[in-house]
Amino acid sequence: MSGILQNYLPLVVFIGIAGVIGAVLLIAPFIVAYKQPDPEKLSAYECGFNAFDDARMKFDVRFYLVAILFIIFDLEVAFLFPWAVTFGKLGVTGFWSMIVFLGVLTVGFAYEWKKGALEWD
Amino acid sequence: MILPALFFYLFAGVCVASAAMVISSRNPVHSVLFLILAFVNAAGLFILLGAEFIAMILIVVYVGAVAVLFLFVIMMLDVDFAELREGFLEYLPFGLVIAAIFLLELLLVVGGWTLNPTVTKSITAAIPGDVSNTEALGLVLYTKYIHYFQLAGMVLLVAMIGAIVLTLRHRASVKRQDINVQNARTPEMAMGVRQVASGQGLQDADSAEWVK
Repeated sequence: MSGILQNYLPLVVFIGIAGVIGAVLLIAPFIVAYKQPDPEKLSAYECGFNAFDDARMKFDVRFYLVAILFIIFDLEVAFLFPWAVTFGKLGVTGFWSMIVFLGVLTVGFAYEWKKGALEWD
Repeated sequence: MILPALFFYLFAGVCVASAAMVISSRNPVHSVLFLILAFVNAAGLFILLGAEFIAMILIVVYVGAVAVLFLFVIMMLDVDFAELREGFLEYLPFGLVIAAIFLLELLLVVGGWTLNPTVTKSITAAIPGDVSNTEALGLVLYTKYIHYFQLAGMVLLVAMIGAIVLTLRHRASVKRQDINVQNARTPEMAMGVRQVASGQGLQDADSAEWVK
């Protein structure tokens, strides 16, 4: 096995352990837990009265805006990783190109702050 | 040598199976969850290829953010299962056209590789053997490909402004908190005792005479 894959062996072990723990927690209740279902226990509990309608409601579009803004800054951070790794070798051009990149996104950040996109109402 | 092959077949098999489940699953939310599984397995395949950086970005950006966005989009639609299946025949030609384009592109890539196996030699920035993946990317992205890098910044800016312009609707009726106004408020501004004329009540707040 080549060197790069050797480094991922601990990750495989971790994922394996996480999978086993997750599976055990899912399966154990079926074996151990005491079960005596009846319709009232299994129905959705809504403070004593019958449920009015379906639980599937439309989400507000504002959640979507928050998610999109999150993705954009997520991508910005993704560009920072290779820059940070090669920081010592990049020289002046590389440094300032990243500063300009961050500056452009700061303009966008100022815009969304000014427009109140970060406020809920 | 058997272990990487074993993992390749594990990742590739689960990836193809979950991709099939994405389009055949009846519940759209399950489709997105299978899509996340496909992303994770694709990341595993990238690691086997030695493309660590792309694998990690796939996890961070696609699994962490894009899949969440897809979930929001699906939750934002009214998930009416009967209605969702109604338009199937209507959208079929359009979907087939897109599928044909993708197939053509895949064939072009594979065909180019089969006809000329040395085609990978013609890429402009060769992968250096002695540095890590992320480092190799960083060495060219910010200096040699600075224009593309700055263009990426512009694209992100346009996406940010576009999302705000399209979705931001301020409700005029909502009362917002202004901390400065609250802090500047004095007891004199907030309350007072009025002398109300007998039998008339307080018609207009400003017209009544203040009791000094």
